[in-house]
Amino acid sequence: MTDLARLSAADLAAALTAGETSSVEVTQAQLDRIHAVDGAVHAFLHVDDEGALAQAKAADERRTAGTDVSELLGVPIAVKDIATTKGLPTTAGSKILEGWIPPYDATLVARLRAAGLPILGKTNMDEFAMGSSTEHSAYGPSHNPWDLDRIPGGSGGGSSAAVAAFETPLAIGTDTGGSIRQPGAVTGTVGVKPTYGGVSRYGLVALASSLDQAGPVTRTVLDAALLHDVIGGHDPLDSTSIDRQWPSMAAAARAADITGLRVGVVKELGGEGYQAGVRRRFDESVQLLVEAGAEVVEVSCPHFELAFAAYYLILPSEASSNLAKFDAMRYGLRVAPAGVAAPSAEQVMAATRQAGFGDEVKRRIILGTFALSSGYYDAYYGSAQKVRTLIQRDFSAAFEKVDVLVSPTAPTTAFRLGEKVDDPIAMYLNDIATIPANLAGVPGMSLPSGLADENELPTGFQILAPALEDHRLYTVGSALEAMLVERWGGPLLDRAPALEVSG
Amino acid sequence: MTATASPALVAFDDAIARFDPVLGLEVHVELNTASKMFCGCAAVFGAEPNTQTCPVCLGLPGALPVVNETAVESAIRIGLALNCEIATWCRFARKNYFYPDMPKNFQTSQYDEPIAFNGYTEIDVDGEVFRVEIERAHMEEDTGKSLHVGGATGRIHGASHSLVDYNRAGIPLIEVVTKPIEGAGKLAPVVARAYVAHLRVLLSGLGVSDVRMDQGSLRCDVNLSLRASADAPYGTRSETKNLNSLRSVERAVRYEVSRQAALLDSGERVVQETRHWHEDTGITTAGREKSDAEDYRYFPEPDLVPIAPDRAWVAQLQATLPEPLAERRTRLQTVWEFSDLEMRDVLGAGAMLLIEQTVAAGASPTAAKKWWLSELARRANDAGTTLEELSITPAQVAGVQALVDTGRVNDKLAREVLEGVLAGEGEPADVVSARGLEVVSDDGALTAAVDRAIAHNPEVAAKIRDGKAAAAGALIGAVMKELRGQADAARVRELIVEKLG
Repeated sequence: MTDLARLSAADLAAALTAGETSSVEVTQAQLDRIHAVDGAVHAFLHVDDEGALAQAKAADERRTAGTDVSELLGVPIAVKDIATTKGLPTTAGSKILEGWIPPYDATLVARLRAAGLPILGKTNMDEFAMGSSTEHSAYGPSHNPWDLDRIPGGSGGGSSAAVAAFETPLAIGTDTGGSIRQPGAVTGTVGVKPTYGGVSRYGLVALASSLDQAGPVTRTVLDAALLHDVIGGHDPLDSTSIDRQWPSMAAAARAADITGLRVGVVKELGGEGYQAGVRRRFDESVQLLVEAGAEVVEVSCPHFELAFAAYYLILPSEASSNLAKFDAMRYGLRVAPAGVAAPSAEQVMAATRQAGFGDEVKRRIILGTFALSSGYYDAYYGSAQKVRTLIQRDFSAAFEKVDVLVSPTAPTTAFRLGEKVDDPIAMYLNDIATIPANLAGVPGMSLPSGLADENELPTGFQILAPALEDHRLYTVGSALEAMLVERWGGPLLDRAPALEVSG
Repeated sequence: MTATASPALVAFDDAIARFDPVLGLEVHVELNTASKMFCGCAAVFGAEPNTQTCPVCLGLPGALPVVNETAVESAIRIGLALNCEIATWCRFARKNYFYPDMPKNFQTSQYDEPIAFNGYTEIDVDGEVFRVEIERAHMEEDTGKSLHVGGATGRIHGASHSLVDYNRAGIPLIEVVTKPIEGAGKLAPVVARAYVAHLRVLLSGLGVSDVRMDQGSLRCDVNLSLRASADAPYGTRSETKNLNSLRSVERAVRYEVSRQAALLDSGERVVQETRHWHEDTGITTAGREKSDAEDYRYFPEPDLVPIAPDRAWVAQLQATLPEPLAERRTRLQTVWEFSDLEMRDVLGAGAMLLIEQTVAAGASPTAAKKWWLSELARRANDAGTTLEELSITPAQVAGVQALVDTGRVNDKLAREVLEGVLAGEGEPADVVSARGLEVVSDDGALTAAVDRAIAHNPEVAAKIRDGKAAAAGALIGAVMKELRGQADAARVRELIVEKLG
């Protein structure tokens, strides 16, 4: 019998439609897999066996009744612990939210429930999505299924590890500067950051409101497209949500014709600082696109070099304000200051924030508080916003010449746990190629481009499209994926080492 | 609170003779929209604590704001009524500071891009027109309401714990800020009061707020500084917060003039700080010091998109504004046939709107003015409150007058009816029934009483028979006394004339 846990979401959907299996069976298979391998991977912060099976049963009943059958009905999913889930813990990887049970569902979670995708549980992440390795999670890091001593990327390393370890076919990530795409690159999975405003942010614990965007984490481009179609679309509860009809991403993925496509290789993303193996796999993928009929040119985006600095002003500034609400007054952790008989509200706030936030969170709150200070605002936040405009112009100019831009997703393959945790700048530089898309609000995808020769670890290929043109990512991504899989003789993840099964 | 001793106050007249006061008024207006500024929660005053809340106004992780369109419309109408320019493009901004009654620890407000700016309004001060320049009117959300328990004064100082009601969190607020008001001189307290009274009438006319100072739907902060002369640079200002009646606005200005003059006289400096007004003792005390170190770290609210009011929409709102107050004043004076002096009394008492509403409910202008400016003004004064804050509506006043007009009660009984309504005994008709106040106009009862009065006062009766009609008053008085004032005086006179005439 087929191992249900290794099937793609699209194949599971087909099997469910054909009546070859049930959602309960599929969901149970995924839960079994989670219990077998997650002790080693630690992709999940919370697994909801009971809830997931109940939702699976309901999905099977919907299918039997024949009403309201969505394409992914009954296919299980994992959700990054940054999205609120009614009745399920939501910590955002922080001690300060330990034990908090949200009274409401994020819009995208509500859409998953409405489409009948059983929610297996909540995945690990760097605290409040600040990090590129999950090492900043207050609950311990996740491990890369390709090498358990290595990072699975971050902040959404729990989602990427869960998908790569076949614990779930689908997961939700969020991407503020690369937190979907970089984990995808280092785990050999697919991750998509939609156009800003394409997926509702309502119910996502905010990191940087003007940059955050949720999207799919999957093993295939088609699966990402199917999930994008479920979670995307206008939400009146999010003022920054775009009110328009979106084309079907799944249809775009299935089209996969790139004849005549104009592809721009971003000159500024890929030179010095990029690992040789990453660079080699990237060049090969570009060559495949040429062979498939695309025209490839080099494009310069001169202001991308300022993106990193601007990002590390805008993100901490917004984060310092967004994280102010964690003050022990109404929910989450409450810590009384030591040695104070009758502490004031301010003293409790300070003691709780001192105890409840990790060092990286404090670092960014301090940075942001400083950057927004009177007298510094124009020099820091104001200048960063101007850089943002310049980057948007670079994108606009580039997209006059080409249909999509491409680059390596991350400069290196997965590094070892502990290797960069004490060097914030080195950690931040993992997102050097992904940040510009967030600053400009344009969509981006990472898909596996192979294994680096030097260490046999996955490398990622990034595709960027103009705002609202998310479907181009799927067309180009699925075309490239098909050629790569043919070349590899099967999905890249088939070459990942088998995980030791416990329990 | 600082415990440093202050020098003795300087008498107001003395202070004003030597110093020039500069006022700045910030008025917070709670809009009467059905829902809150950024969520769908009801915005009704007085509900059980924390029953009108949701993830958005509680600031739960992940929740996002959505702007209330009606609130934007109200803001624009207020701006237009204050002769402001309306922004073609503006944004909300976050004002960051920690406070337990502020769920997100930032207030979503507007900073350097207010929706309305550069306006003016003309107020009436003792019959003279005084022009107040408006700096801006901007939109923001209210905070929750803290209740400090266990302290002596209801303030946080000395309290054992605090309770927070988040029903108020997220109620739409418009903050109207004046430019520095110069040239008021000794009228500064009156100007401050008249400005707030004027805003109340104007806002009430727009129908955008309940403007109840006692319920906090209109709150005033008074900035005041003194300088040596009108051409000297501004002095250091104090900001007295949350004045909740017209009377306290006026008193707080007087007090601050006296207090600051005393400091300056003794060579001390005025501290830039917020101050609390104490209604009972009539003084202000220091709150938190507002040094330059206070930094709200404003930045544009990234969770909201900019607001760009369509010019056609603004023009349409302009076209549907109620008539300007000055024109309305002139029109009403003509319609009501009041003299200049009478109208000045009406305005001075802040009763124009109430009289207008009373007239609309059926009373004559003269009767409406009589009730509001005499009986009700006396009661408001006794209670240390304002006419609007009395628990009687213009419709009820008109109802009392209708009872008089139809002869069911006389003036004396009408005052008792008012008293009953004010005491919460119901509508005027209910009070009449419950208290048994109806005048006796039943001829049988009246004739018997008239006969008894004639029998007991033969000399008076004789005078009347001799044609001295004026003497009838004594007999009417006797009848009234017997019937405890509830006789229909006109009918009694008729009966006496029938019998003796």
